[in-house]
Amino acid sequence: MTLVREVYETLVEFVRTFGAFILFFVELLFHTPQAVVGRFRLIVAQVHNTGTLSLVIILVCGLFVGAVLGLQGFANLQRFNAEDSVGTFAAFALVKELGPVITALLFAGRAGTALASEIGLMKATDQLSAMEMMAVNPVSRVVVPRFIGGCISVPFLTAGFSAIGLFGAYLVAVVLLGVDVGAFWQQMQQTLSLKDVEEGIVKSILFGGAASLIAVWEGYNCIPTAEGVGRATTRTVVITAIVVLIVDFMVTATYL
Amino acid sequence: MALRMHVARQKIVMSKPSDNLIEIRDLDYSRGSRPIFRGLNVTIRRGEVTAIMGPSGTGKTTLLRLITRQLLPDNGVVLVDGVDIGTLSQSELYRMRQRFGMLFQNGALLTDLSVFENVAFPLREHTRLTNRLIRHVVLTKLHAVGLRGAADMMPRELSGGMARRVALARAMVMDPEILIYDEPFVGLDPISMGVIVRLVRRMNDALGISSILVSHDVQEISTVADCSYLISDGKVAASGSPQELHTATSDLVRQFMHGMADGPVAFHYDAPDYEEQLLGRDAD
Repeated sequence: MTLVREVYETLVEFVRTFGAFILFFVELLFHTPQAVVGRFRLIVAQVHNTGTLSLVIILVCGLFVGAVLGLQGFANLQRFNAEDSVGTFAAFALVKELGPVITALLFAGRAGTALASEIGLMKATDQLSAMEMMAVNPVSRVVVPRFIGGCISVPFLTAGFSAIGLFGAYLVAVVLLGVDVGAFWQQMQQTLSLKDVEEGIVKSILFGGAASLIAVWEGYNCIPTAEGVGRATTRTVVITAIVVLIVDFMVTATYL
Repeated sequence: MALRMHVARQKIVMSKPSDNLIEIRDLDYSRGSRPIFRGLNVTIRRGEVTAIMGPSGTGKTTLLRLITRQLLPDNGVVLVDGVDIGTLSQSELYRMRQRFGMLFQNGALLTDLSVFENVAFPLREHTRLTNRLIRHVVLTKLHAVGLRGAADMMPRELSGGMARRVALARAMVMDPEILIYDEPFVGLDPISMGVIVRLVRRMNDALGISSILVSHDVQEISTVADCSYLISDGKVAASGSPQELHTATSDLVRQFMHGMADGPVAFHYDAPDYEEQLLGRDAD
């Protein structure tokens, strides 16, 4: 009986949280047009905060992911005498999958946690209540600029990740392992279609939206204590990772 | 039924403004299964400093949140100038809130903005004043709290007392009709406390506003308040001028006003029998 009751209560809680999340999302969308016009400077600041400040970690990781792809691609393709295709291999892997996914996961770890903890601490120190009392909607002033900033940053970070990843693969395959430079780039250009790039762009937009939305939701709805803020940052990373991988599967399936 | 309620509310809205700025009528509020207020009645009079006192945990801050509709009551109404704030739409509520200035317990300054920008924040959000005019207004308000020299500092560089004074400057920058102070004296050194006490009284009288003060500092309240409410067990236990409360004969009022450790508000939180707990079956 206790088990049934617990399952029932968990279910009710899930439905309640999901409903609150949908309402939050609707409110966020409602305030978005006005924020884009009236709070442009705040959005630019958040693009800097979530994008520019994440650039170093994204580029360093992208370079080494690309380098590993170059190594693995060369070692495995060599067995079939197809090492010239290492550029194609790296490009497909980076543009369609690894670029968007790893960027989103790194974004959640670097910027998502910062967004969640910042908003959570603002809540814990009554800053959001103070805005409410000054007749300023905190969703419009605090949440929307951060959400839009994240949505703008992630596709650009993904592009940066994929580009420097390809450069990493080039360094390893061409400069270190001696793959023909013409074959490396030409095969890539011949096989990689615009649709593949589009798939990567669509994914990066969806992942950026999801990662930013989860971060601002977790921060805005955290329990306003030190423990609550800590839990919100952890949940941001965990939920983003799960959602990104599920959405990745769904988008890949639609593009096949 | 709905129509009748609507008509009743209209009547409330239409009633003439009186000396009573805020009226709380038969208010019930529970947090989870724990009742906080049961049938609370409080009247805040125009132009006065009204203090709301009570032992810790009686819901004083909750009452402020109910007055400003950050929370909604389970039953009863909160009338501001005769208007039931529970019936306001969000835009009407925000218009109403522009008449309030609130000083939070810890100041609640926006940590990413400087002192100047914190005070300028409501002006930038709600007015189209030029930067030059905003600068004038902000510096005037900062001067009134003695912190014009700290305009360029960040909130993290301020002491507790300074942060509260900046928050006070921000609370009054829109020239509100009602200033609400949530525990303004907590954690302040005697000098800062004296400064805040003086400011509360001076702002109220010089600007012709009304003030609501939540606190349990009996001495400070006595010097600054015109009228005090002592809240206990979800109801008003006593009300009147601080002098009247000081001379009251009720055990609860005497315990609170004179800081006695035990009395109607028990020293011990509800617990099982002491002997039973130490020596009984569960002792091992």
